[in-house]
Amino acid sequence: MERKKVTIDGNEAAAYVAYNTNEVIAIYPITPSSNMGEWCDAWAAVNKKNIWDMVPSVSELQSEGGASGSVHGALQTGALTTTFTASQGLLLMIPNMFKIAGELTSTVFHVSARSIAAAALSIFGDHSDVMATRSTGFALLSSNSVQEVMDFALIAQAATLEARIPFIHFFDGFRTSHEVMKIEQLTKEDMKAMIDEDLVIAHRKRGLNPDNPFMRGTAQNPDVYFQGRETVNPFYNACPAIVQKQMDKFAKLTGRQYNLFDYVGAPDAERIIIMMGSGCEATEETVDYLVNKGEKVGLLKVRLYRPFAIDNFVKALPKTVKSIAVLDRTKEPGAGGEPLYLDVVNAISEKYMASELQFAYPKIVGGRYGLSSKEFTPAMIKAVYDNLSKDKPKAHFTIGIIEDVTNSSLDFDPTFSVETDETFTGKFYGLGADGTVGANKNSIKIIGEGTDYYAQGYFVYDSKKSGSTTVSHLRFGPKKIKSTYLINKAKFVASHQQVFLEQWDMLKDARDGATFLLNTKVDKEHVWDSLPEKVQKDLINKKMKFYIIDAYKVANETGMGVRINTIMQTCFFAISNIFPQEKAIGLIKDSIKKTYGPKGDKIVQMNFDAVDKTVENLFEVKVPNKITSKLQMQPAVSGNAPDFVKEVTAKMISGEGDLLPVSKMPVDGTFPLSTTRWEKRNIALEVPVWDPETCIQCNKCVMVCPHATIRAKVFEEKDLAGAPTTFKYTKFKSKDYGEGLYYSLQVAVEDCTGCSLCVDVCPAKNKKETKLKAINMAEQLPIREQERANWDFFFNIPDLDRKVVAVSKVKDAQFLQPLFEFSGACAGCGETPYVKLVSQLFGDRAVIANATGCSSIYGGNLPTTPWATNKDGRGPAWSNSLFEDNAEFGYGFRLAIDNHNLQAKDLLKRFAAEVGNDLVDAIINASQKDEAEIYEQRERVSALKKKLDDMLKAGANGKASDIKHLLSLADYLVKKSVWIIGGDGWAYDIGYGGLDHVMASGRNVNILVLDTEVYSNTGGQCSKSTPRAAVAKFAAGGKTSAKKDLGLMAMAYGNVYVARVALGANDQHTLRAFLEAEAYNGPSIIIAYSHCIAHGIDMGKAMQNQKAAVDSGYWPLYRYNPVLEAEGKNPFKLDSKGLKIPLKDYAYMETRYKMLTKSHPDEAALLIKEAQNDVIKKWKEYERIAAFEPIKIETNSH
Amino acid sequence: MDITTTYLGMKLKSPIVCSAGPLVEKISNIREMEDAGAGAVVLYSLFEEQIENEELELYHHTSDHDESFAEATSYFTEPFKYKLGPEEYLEHIRKAKAAVDIPIIASLNAKSIGGWTSYAKKMEQAGADALELNIYLLPTDIHKSGNDVEKTYIEIVKAVKSKVKIPIAVKMHPFFSSTSWMANELSKAGADGLVLFNRFYQPDIDLENLEVVPNVILSTPMAMRLPLRWIAMLYGRINADLAATSGVYSAEDVLKMMMAGAKVTEMLSALLKFGIGHIADVTTNLKNWMEEKEYESIEQMRGSMSYMNVEDPSKFERANYMKVLNSYK
Repeated sequence: MERKKVTIDGNEAAAYVAYNTNEVIAIYPITPSSNMGEWCDAWAAVNKKNIWDMVPSVSELQSEGGASGSVHGALQTGALTTTFTASQGLLLMIPNMFKIAGELTSTVFHVSARSIAAAALSIFGDHSDVMATRSTGFALLSSNSVQEVMDFALIAQAATLEARIPFIHFFDGFRTSHEVMKIEQLTKEDMKAMIDEDLVIAHRKRGLNPDNPFMRGTAQNPDVYFQGRETVNPFYNACPAIVQKQMDKFAKLTGRQYNLFDYVGAPDAERIIIMMGSGCEATEETVDYLVNKGEKVGLLKVRLYRPFAIDNFVKALPKTVKSIAVLDRTKEPGAGGEPLYLDVVNAISEKYMASELQFAYPKIVGGRYGLSSKEFTPAMIKAVYDNLSKDKPKAHFTIGIIEDVTNSSLDFDPTFSVETDETFTGKFYGLGADGTVGANKNSIKIIGEGTDYYAQGYFVYDSKKSGSTTVSHLRFGPKKIKSTYLINKAKFVASHQQVFLEQWDMLKDARDGATFLLNTKVDKEHVWDSLPEKVQKDLINKKMKFYIIDAYKVANETGMGVRINTIMQTCFFAISNIFPQEKAIGLIKDSIKKTYGPKGDKIVQMNFDAVDKTVENLFEVKVPNKITSKLQMQPAVSGNAPDFVKEVTAKMISGEGDLLPVSKMPVDGTFPLSTTRWEKRNIALEVPVWDPETCIQCNKCVMVCPHATIRAKVFEEKDLAGAPTTFKYTKFKSKDYGEGLYYSLQVAVEDCTGCSLCVDVCPAKNKKETKLKAINMAEQLPIREQERANWDFFFNIPDLDRKVVAVSKVKDAQFLQPLFEFSGACAGCGETPYVKLVSQLFGDRAVIANATGCSSIYGGNLPTTPWATNKDGRGPAWSNSLFEDNAEFGYGFRLAIDNHNLQAKDLLKRFAAEVGNDLVDAIINASQKDEAEIYEQRERVSALKKKLDDMLKAGANGKASDIKHLLSLADYLVKKSVWIIGGDGWAYDIGYGGLDHVMASGRNVNILVLDTEVYSNTGGQCSKSTPRAAVAKFAAGGKTSAKKDLGLMAMAYGNVYVARVALGANDQHTLRAFLEAEAYNGPSIIIAYSHCIAHGIDMGKAMQNQKAAVDSGYWPLYRYNPVLEAEGKNPFKLDSKGLKIPLKDYAYMETRYKMLTKSHPDEAALLIKEAQNDVIKKWKEYERIAAFEPIKIETNSH
Repeated sequence: MDITTTYLGMKLKSPIVCSAGPLVEKISNIREMEDAGAGAVVLYSLFEEQIENEELELYHHTSDHDESFAEATSYFTEPFKYKLGPEEYLEHIRKAKAAVDIPIIASLNAKSIGGWTSYAKKMEQAGADALELNIYLLPTDIHKSGNDVEKTYIEIVKAVKSKVKIPIAVKMHPFFSSTSWMANELSKAGADGLVLFNRFYQPDIDLENLEVVPNVILSTPMAMRLPLRWIAMLYGRINADLAATSGVYSAEDVLKMMMAGAKVTEMLSALLKFGIGHIADVTTNLKNWMEEKEYESIEQMRGSMSYMNVEDPSKFERANYMKVLNSYK
């Protein structure tokens, strides 16, 4: 039967089968598996039917723990149920997985396998998560490619129904989950043929049903629990044969034969690699190459890892085997070896002991590879085979890194390649914002669906959310593609931005005779001279062809803005001659129609125009034979950077992190602060420029700047010594800090993202030309050099003394140095201004617990991180534990700090005689209520430490132990500020239980909820904070329930400080809330409106959205301060005037609301009405609370 | 008492037509208008520019951040189909047609010939009984002559006329150097009716924030003097029906317009101010007046006070202005 060929990624392949063969789907977002849930939700939203002609029920839960609980429940009630997850998410499912397996329940969990957070989080692929589930009793089935993902998803579903053992079907995160491949799509008939109806009914019948009641899930005692556990043995014994049976049945249907263990390579192979996952594809490719060269090598692919079928395994090995390398994509520190290795050793050993081994006992070594999607290439694979040739192959080796600490790594020759000429290889360097990846995904689809070629696309993104760069790797050709690694010998290289040429040596991977396409503003006569020397050299030496286009010109002329995707795609097809030009253009236009058709005729026409205009603007440049350029590649960081930044960070920035040896890495995940300031990204085309004449010195721009790139200082005349001539300053308008002072507002133009929020909030207008404000956007490049010098000068001007700054006013508070700067957050981010404010007000004594999410990524993702120190070396101490436990994590900080403080005080009292009663009393009784008092306390502690040091030097008088302890604890005598920061996904959903507990504890912690109303980091999935009537992923038809009122829930405790703030509506209110929350000696929670790209808004004007949200009454500003209650006042103050505008006027400023009116107009009309009612009801409720007379309870003195 | 009229070849039960505005966004209001006695309803304008902007906005906001970050390759679940731009409007025409028996006149403001013709065709297909072309070209280009601007108007009318079979009316503005010539040319180009006059949006300056702010002011009864004069001037001299808009508040206003020569009066501001029920009041007053003055039909009075039928036509002419001023002395 002819089946449809589709070009899709692994996640879609898995979701396709899962959706079709299940009735209930419980989901929760986590990278890289989120897309599987998103596909299912999107299909359900348009009523797509499964193979039983019904729409599966797709539900999002509050965590993976919750999802697995619901899966368990639905299974126990007889529904075919599935879920998708990865990494920590899978770990959260483990408790239920034991139950599900223990109860012999048929289900398949589809897992895009990912690293587990240890010393650091990583979103990328390896088998650490799957390996952590080995003891649950789930069967583990591994797919190696996108085709296999679709095939095994179905085989697993068929097998679990028959075997009654639940399955994890896993594939490599990103490498397979996100790789786009042309595959054959299974039909509904295929799926129906594989799923046995009787088994489905049997599954249903095992479900709980009061008409035929039973109980399952009893508690058992020592007398029978053990026996109960052993009852399942026959099912596990039978499972492998059942899987093989389903694989055989599948082969009859589709012609693709799989086995529990698939051997490929020389029939008489002596050296064998055994492994699972996508690496098998590259290994098979390498084996083919080596066998062709006459080498006796082979590969055994493990498909069914659990239950591990020893007989089948040993039989699958060629009898000629002499040495085996077992490769594990995981690490188990302290184990005798990694899991698959131990299984292999055990299997061969058991067979040997039973005298059933049909070959001599081979040498077996284990090795680790590919952690966190580390490249796994033919060069590395060859090195593994080479190791096996040795008399004493290195055991417990690593491959792919330089492990120079215990020297476990194998050397490999990076130039070794098995790629052939038949396959086209292209690398495309682009910006996230220019649409390069989307265009390449389209190209792969066009080629995949327009030719008989095999096609593969893989996409690499950097970890910044603004100005991010992408590299697309495209392969296609007549031969099946097994290259599961990045392209390092490209026939085609495209640079979609000229500036990249100075940052990356992109032509180093070009083959001889390759083609280079450059998007440049420089015309063809002058472009050669604009290239760096290295690029010229490569173009000449490699005899390359060179094409240029001014894509931005074409984009401008056709209304495409910065989206050059269609243009670059057209260039690619025009140059590469995959199709005759006319056909190529036809196919591109068909694809445009398909992609953009639903978005309107204008968009389609715009793209058509771009295609037509491209060809006439594409030029071939004849490569001269002479190097004319002296332009060199830019160093990643300045020479002034600290050694660690130069030696380690800079390598990561320049894309050479793979070459960093283990010895350069911190052993426990500890990294220095203040590293973003060394990574000058220069991503803004336009930056704000200050006009001192117009400026009223309100510092509102400084307050809203998400990246701390616009700063104000007040200083004395003497500080101007040595100022660059272009440095701008003016008289300081206020006399609050003395006479004759100066004021300057400086922009770090190389760090600015160009969001223009500062310009939007600037209240001062030029009197002659009202279009101008006190800050205006101007082109960055012409002023880059001068402003670099100005910034350096400005940065070194002393800050105002914190002791005197009137922190309670926005204008003054913004003179405090931000200790959170230049993060990788989105341009115009709505979260970071709040985070920055914490760092300004309390950063030098803050300890921060950060929930996983956007804030932990822009706050803690290498290569550089934004948390910074001040001139005294103090700054926020920051850590990220997990997503779900952040409140508890921060609570732990508080417990430790309070404990240290008590211990220090206790010890201090013992030294009253030696250090002086006055000092001891002063330290112990210090209230430290403001910056001046904190400063004094620091001085006292410093004096104390000096005295203690002196005592130690003087012999310590038998008290050395106490002195040392007190010295190590003395810093805790200075007040510390504990901040617990995270998004709404954490606070409202996954972490709510912990958050609630910590609020109830009464301890002095400050909780900052950066409320974007969706899971922003994973792409905008619905949370319980998502408002009614808004669209979010997992709520494609609009959220039908109201936003959870977290503030009101917190207020219910009575002793929690609660504030709801929106910087764009009232910055002074925000500031006051932060100060009050911190000052309150108990739990505080601030719920901060954080606009987000997931709202679909103009980020440069987003403060207006915040204001509208407040004016509509949707986002009331308030503060609930328990201190007031103690003073006999109403603790609740409603600080905004709501219901000034209809909700619609706010909501329809945002695409998240508006798109529902375009996709589901009737539902949208109904939901917005309900949402308006929510607002009115809530507002009245708040008004009532604000009007309450406080209840006075007389205490009985008797 | 016959208050029926004809307009654009359609027989209307009353010369009171509800004009393009926010009230007609709701089908229930359109029903109410019919019940109150409206002769026809002109829907709010479909703006080509707005459709394009909405498409662009949706496109940008749903795709600008796609494929930039490994954990979030998109931020919206895209529906497989949007109901974009004209779809919503066309659906509104269909619903309005299904809800009432009185004619539904669709209104269109486009910025390109392609937009004018394709949207007009779609409106016809959706069931509109007639079209009102809201041609709105503010001549800001100092290099463009009056001739050029006028030509564009005429081209638009010709292009639309060639694509649709339903009658079309053109909503004119009063700023042509020769209003009469232009009215005639539009009529010759195929306009079945002329609506006098379009009121331009008049921006204001916000002194507090130093911003230009939109300032929509409801027309006052005084505003009717301008269309009144031109309807009186044009009646009987061009081959197109005349419709009056701006400042029509009362039965007296309707009567004056009918006598000047209008086929219908479009009413908006009065309805916004007094509610849809105002139509019934005006209708009652209209009938009462006619009864009192013994008029049998609207047709009887039509054009009776027009330029060609009044005793002293010069009173409609420019010199009139001077005389009025003199009379104050």
